[in-house]
Amino acid sequence: MSRGAADNEQQQAELRPAKDDVYPPIEDYAAIGDGRSVALISRAGSIDWLCLPHFSAPPFFAALLDRRLGGRFALRPAAPFRSTRRYVGNTNTIETSFETNSGRCLVTDCMTLLPASRYRDELRPQAEVLRQVHGCEGAVELEVYFEPKADFGRANGRLEDRNRLGWAYCCADQVLFLRGEMPLRRTGNGAVGGTFRVSAGETCCLSLAYTRRDIAVVPTLGTDAIARLDATCKWWQGWSDSCTIQGSYRDAVVRSALVLKLLSYSLSGAVVAAATTSLPENVGGIRNWDYRYCWLRDAALTLQAFLDLGYTLEAESFIDWLLHATRLSWPRLDVLYDIFGETHLPEKALSHFEGYKGSQPVRVGNGAHDQLQLDVYGSVIQAAYEFVERGGHLDLGAARYLAGFGRQVCKLWRMPDDGIWEKRGDRAHHTYSKMMCWVALDRLLKLSEAGKVRVPVTKFREERDALEETIERRGFNQHLNSYVAELDGDTPDASLILAARCGYRAAGHPRMEGTCEFIDRSLKVDGMVYRYQPETDGLPGKEGAFGIASFWMVEYLARAGRLAEAKERFERLLERSNDVGLYAEEIDPETGSALGNFPQAFTHVGLITAAMAIRRAVAAGTPEETR
Amino acid sequence: MLQTIMDNFAQLLVWGLLATFVMTTILHGSQGLGWSRLSLSFLVGTIFTGRRAAANVLGFLAYTIGGWIFAFIYVVFFLGIGQGNWWIGLLFGAAHAVVLLVVLLPIIAYMHPRMANEYDGPTRSRRLEPPGFIGLNYGYRTPLSVLIAQMAYGAVLGLCFQLS
Repeated sequence: MSRGAADNEQQQAELRPAKDDVYPPIEDYAAIGDGRSVALISRAGSIDWLCLPHFSAPPFFAALLDRRLGGRFALRPAAPFRSTRRYVGNTNTIETSFETNSGRCLVTDCMTLLPASRYRDELRPQAEVLRQVHGCEGAVELEVYFEPKADFGRANGRLEDRNRLGWAYCCADQVLFLRGEMPLRRTGNGAVGGTFRVSAGETCCLSLAYTRRDIAVVPTLGTDAIARLDATCKWWQGWSDSCTIQGSYRDAVVRSALVLKLLSYSLSGAVVAAATTSLPENVGGIRNWDYRYCWLRDAALTLQAFLDLGYTLEAESFIDWLLHATRLSWPRLDVLYDIFGETHLPEKALSHFEGYKGSQPVRVGNGAHDQLQLDVYGSVIQAAYEFVERGGHLDLGAARYLAGFGRQVCKLWRMPDDGIWEKRGDRAHHTYSKMMCWVALDRLLKLSEAGKVRVPVTKFREERDALEETIERRGFNQHLNSYVAELDGDTPDASLILAARCGYRAAGHPRMEGTCEFIDRSLKVDGMVYRYQPETDGLPGKEGAFGIASFWMVEYLARAGRLAEAKERFERLLERSNDVGLYAEEIDPETGSALGNFPQAFTHVGLITAAMAIRRAVAAGTPEETR
Repeated sequence: MLQTIMDNFAQLLVWGLLATFVMTTILHGSQGLGWSRLSLSFLVGTIFTGRRAAANVLGFLAYTIGGWIFAFIYVVFFLGIGQGNWWIGLLFGAAHAVVLLVVLLPIIAYMHPRMANEYDGPTRSRRLEPPGFIGLNYGYRTPLSVLIAQMAYGAVLGLCFQLS
C-alpha cells in the first residue's frame, strides 16, 4: 500500500478507541531517538519500546512484545479518535494528529538532542523523551498512562511521588523522572496517569528524563521544553540538509539516512542492525531474533551509504569502530559485536514474555555470535578499501590488522561455514562466502599495489585465483546458468546478485545475467525478493520477502543498464514503506505488512545504495562493460 | 595543641590525603557498582559550574581540600580527648556520617544553587535531584555507602595518628 493511500485510508477511517491489549501492526510504529537509543511510538500515541541507556540495554517499555507485562508510556485522546502522522520536515521528531468528535490536537514527540554550544552550561539528563501537545481545533480530552517496567518486567522498580519534581521511577542505579504540565496520579500498581483537556491554541508538555549512576537532572517544562524541542528539530534538520543527494528519490533517501543515524551509537560510531528484538519474521512463529547489535556483514554497504550521501564524519566514526572492535578478536572476525565491541552475546529466551502476537520465544542476545561466516572478512576489508578509495587514511596498525585478516582468509576459505543468512543447521560451502573471501584477497592486493598495506602478494594472488577457480567450477551451475547458494548445488540465493556490486563479476557478464534471471524466476514475488527459497531453512513457518535483497536486485538492474526496470521496481518498493517511510527487515508479500525487527538499518542501506546506483546509471547513461 | 599541629603539618597533609582517597574510592566505587547514585564530587562541583565535566573535576579538587581540612578537625579531636586510634577514628567518622546524612544532605537542596527542591520544582538553573532524607533519593544503599566511607576516613586518620 502506498503512503498516500495509507493517509487517505486513515483520514476516512472511523474513530476508534485505543486498545491496550491489541498489538498494533509493526508498520504502525514510528521511531525517535538520540543517537544512543530509539523509542517506538504507535499510531495511537503509545511508546511501546524504549531501551536505556543504549540500544542493547534492557527496555523500560516493552509493550511491543507483551501488552500486559511490557510497560508503556501513552499519550492519546481519551475518546475514540483517528490519527495521521508525519515526521517534522527531515527530522526524527514525529508529529501525530489526533482527531476526535470534539476537536483536533497535535502530539509532537522527540528524544532531545541539544547542541553543546548552546547548552554547554546547563545540566542535562542522560536521555530525555519530550512530548508536546498542541490544541488545534475545539477541545480534546487526553489521557496519560505511564507504566515503566524495567528489564522486561523482571527488575524491582518503584514509583515515588516527588511532589513538584514529578514522579520518579527508581530501579537499582537508574531513575526515570516524569514531569508534566497536567495532574498525574498513581493509577494502580506501578503506574501513573491522568486526564486533561487541551483547547485550541493551548500547548503543554510532558517530559521523561533518564539518569543512571548519577544524580538525576529533573527536566523543566514550559518555554524551556519547547526550546529543547525546537533545538532538537533544528539539529536533525541541519544534519539532513548536509545530505548531498538531490533530485528524485531525495525524500526517501534522506529518510533512510535519518534511520541510519538513529541506529548509529553516537559514543562509538557503531551501527546496530535494528532497534528491536524478537519482532517476528513469521507472526506467531519462532523466527524472532535480537538485532540490537552490529553485524560485520553490513559494514561495507553501510559505509558506502554514508560516503555516498556525504556523511564522512559518520563514515569515519563507523570505520574507527569497525577497526577498533575487530581488533579485540583479531585475527578472527566474529559475526556480530555489540556497540562496545563485545562479542560474547549468548542468546537467552525470556519465557515469561508473550512475544509480539504470541510469537515466542522472545530472545535477548544472538546465537549467531559463535557462527562462522566467512563473508564477513570480505565485508570488513571491502569497507576499509572503499574508505581508502575515498581519501580515508589507514594507520599502520589498521593496515597490519587488515593483512592479518587476509592471512586468516587463506587459512579458512576451504572450510564450510554458516553463510550470510545464519541458518542454524549444518555448515556448508556457501558460494557467496567464497566470493567474499575472493573480495577480501582481491582488495588487499589492490591496497598493496597502492602501498597502503603489506601482504604476501604471491600467496594472496594464488589463493584468490584458487577461490575464483572453485567458484566458477563448483559455484556456478551450468545447467541453471546461474551461481548457486552452495558449491555443487542447485538452489538460488539472493546474496549472489551482490557479485556485481562487490566487483567479482560485472553486472553485464553472462553469468550474472543468468544469476539474475534465476533469482527472479525462483525468488521474486510481486516485485520483491525472498533471500532464499521459502521453507528451506529448517525452521517452521514461512518468512516474508527480504527488504534489502529486493533493493539489491534494483541495484543490480541499474548496474546492468536495465534502468527502466530498476526504476519501476524501486518505485514499487518505495510504496512498501510505512506511512512515515520506515521499513522492517521483511515484507509480507500477501498483506504488505512489515515483518521482523524494526526499523531495520540494512533495508534502509539497501534503499540508499539502490537509489545511488540508479542515479549513477542515469548519469553514466551506459551499462557497465562486461568483465 | 596548635604547636603540635604545626610541627606535624606535612604529616597531617599526607594523612588527610590518604584518608580522603580511601573515602573517595569507596564512594565512587559504590556509585560505579550501582549501589548509590550519590556523587559528592559532582554535588560539590555543581556549586561552582553547570558544566558536567568541569563540575566533576572541580568537585573532586574541592572535595580533596575539604578532606584535608576535616583531617585537621579530626586531629584536633584526637588531641582534645588525649588519644587517637583506628576505632576512635571509626566512631568519629560514623558520627560525622550521621550528621552529614541527617542534617547536611536534606538542607543542601535549599542551599545548593543548582539543586531543585520538592516544594518549588525545577527551574532553569536549579535542576539537580535533591538527596532527600539521609540521601535515600539516590538509592537505598546511599546511607550505608556514606557511612562506610566516612568510617573508613576516620579509621585511616585514627590509625595514622596512633602510629605517629
